[in-house]
Amino acid sequence: MKKWLYLLSIIPVFFSLLVFNKVEPYVLGMPFILFWMVLWLVLTSVFMWIVYKLDPANQGGDDE
Amino acid sequence: MNSALLIITAFMALSIYLALRARKGKEMTLEQWSVGNRGLGSMLVFLLMAGEAFTTFTFLGASGFTYAAGAPAFYIFNAAYFVLSYWLLPPIWKYAKEKNLLSQSDFFASKYNSTALGVLVAVVGVISMIPYLVLQLKGLGIIVSEASYGTISPSAAIWIGVLTVTVYVMLSGIHGAAWTAVLKDFLILGVVIFMGFYLPLHYHGGFVEMFKSIDQANPGFLVLPESGLSTYWFVSTLILWSLGSYMWPHTFSAAYAAKSGRALRRNAILMPMYQIVLVFVIFIGFAAIFQVPGLKGSDTDLAMFKLSKATFDPWFVGVIGAAGILAALVPSSMMLNVAATILSKNVYKIWKPETTDASLARLTRYLVPVVAIAALYFTFNGGNTIVTLLIMGYSLVTQLFPALFFSLWKKNPVTVQGAFCGIIAGLAAVLYTTLSNASMADLFPAIPQAFKDFDIGIIAFTINVIVTLTVSAFTRKAVKSDAEPTHSVA
Repeated sequence: MKKWLYLLSIIPVFFSLLVFNKVEPYVLGMPFILFWMVLWLVLTSVFMWIVYKLDPANQGGDDE
Repeated sequence: MNSALLIITAFMALSIYLALRARKGKEMTLEQWSVGNRGLGSMLVFLLMAGEAFTTFTFLGASGFTYAAGAPAFYIFNAAYFVLSYWLLPPIWKYAKEKNLLSQSDFFASKYNSTALGVLVAVVGVISMIPYLVLQLKGLGIIVSEASYGTISPSAAIWIGVLTVTVYVMLSGIHGAAWTAVLKDFLILGVVIFMGFYLPLHYHGGFVEMFKSIDQANPGFLVLPESGLSTYWFVSTLILWSLGSYMWPHTFSAAYAAKSGRALRRNAILMPMYQIVLVFVIFIGFAAIFQVPGLKGSDTDLAMFKLSKATFDPWFVGVIGAAGILAALVPSSMMLNVAATILSKNVYKIWKPETTDASLARLTRYLVPVVAIAALYFTFNGGNTIVTLLIMGYSLVTQLFPALFFSLWKKNPVTVQGAFCGIIAGLAAVLYTTLSNASMADLFPAIPQAFKDFDIGIIAFTINVIVTLTVSAFTRKAVKSDAEPTHSVA
């Protein structure tokens, strides 16, 4: 389980580092490279939320 | 006194008031003063850590770097930090709680069962914090002197800033920092988002229009260059920085202050979203390009302020200045607090073990101005930009990562000798490459361009890992053959 969660949490890192180094197309007023970086910030939160929900360490009342 | 300075002074006074209030009704033991009795819930830990992420660097350095370099400044968005924090911080917190640890140095000393390693880590931590602290003080100086419209000189402004921070820390410890962080975050969010929208619209009529005119005037500015600050530089820097970001003594001990490991994990979900604010700082940096042209070297740090003064009334420049001051106050008070704790508990107490807790707490408080003055010395004796200082601090502190990382393994493959030699070799490499200003291309002229662009910090880090593991391999054997007879007896 833990192993899969590690992998899942690495996905956003991998994609946010994979730089799309171009200006066009503009998205939300930003050059594409800037948009890509911002997009993956949002997606990192989403991925980490999924990992948090699946992680057995966060279940049960015992707050460790 | 103009209205800008008046507003800044009011906010400084308010933050000192908050510090005093936070302290009220709580007896200040050393644990209380430095890790808030480990009672901070997700929200306050989040704010403390956000306080780390949004410092003067974000405010002045990131906009200045965008102004000067363009796309390479996007490296401030780094999702890898938070992913790492999710897995790294809870085990650190748990171990620290079990063993009742107060500082980062305690952690290494306890894991490796060596007070000497604890002292080394303490010293590395304090040394790395100095450039970071200098950077905050420089920022404070820039803000106060710019907001005074020339009536206060930058050096007088730095003195005022240092006095405020010192008094603040001596009064409050970590509780004050957490509450000022709340105030700071609201102010920064408001100011940065407003300016990030307003400036591009005001000066260019829109975001795409602004970027198109920058792209026209300076083709290639909005993408990473082919060589130099290229994609390879970008990726290697992001990786190195994520490793370093939780090695700071103050980020390390901010994790101790959490109520639970879960509070830290929840934090890892929230933090990336919070980083989105940085995109507005980048907009501000881009908007400054045509409006305040010609800033060079360390003057690029002034880009945001010069632009604000050209655009807004003095009272609003005051509000921006106040946000910037709080952005410097929170992290620098954290750093001073932690540096003083480390020096008293992890260096002085080792040297004089009979010191009582009460006199140790007193000593810690008196060390605050001492550290502040050391930082002040370097602030007045160096002409680096905020970005350069930050990079130096990061390269130094990252050298603690290998020893920490391996110590979290179930079976730590690193011996105390290995950790020692690795950290020292790494530091030596950082000092050599920083002082000689070497790049990968200078050191290895024959390697392909991609490797030449790698962050120079990779060298020190690689040397560190190799030395750590090699020395460990040798010393482990020695220890084993020593230990075997005792084992068979037992």
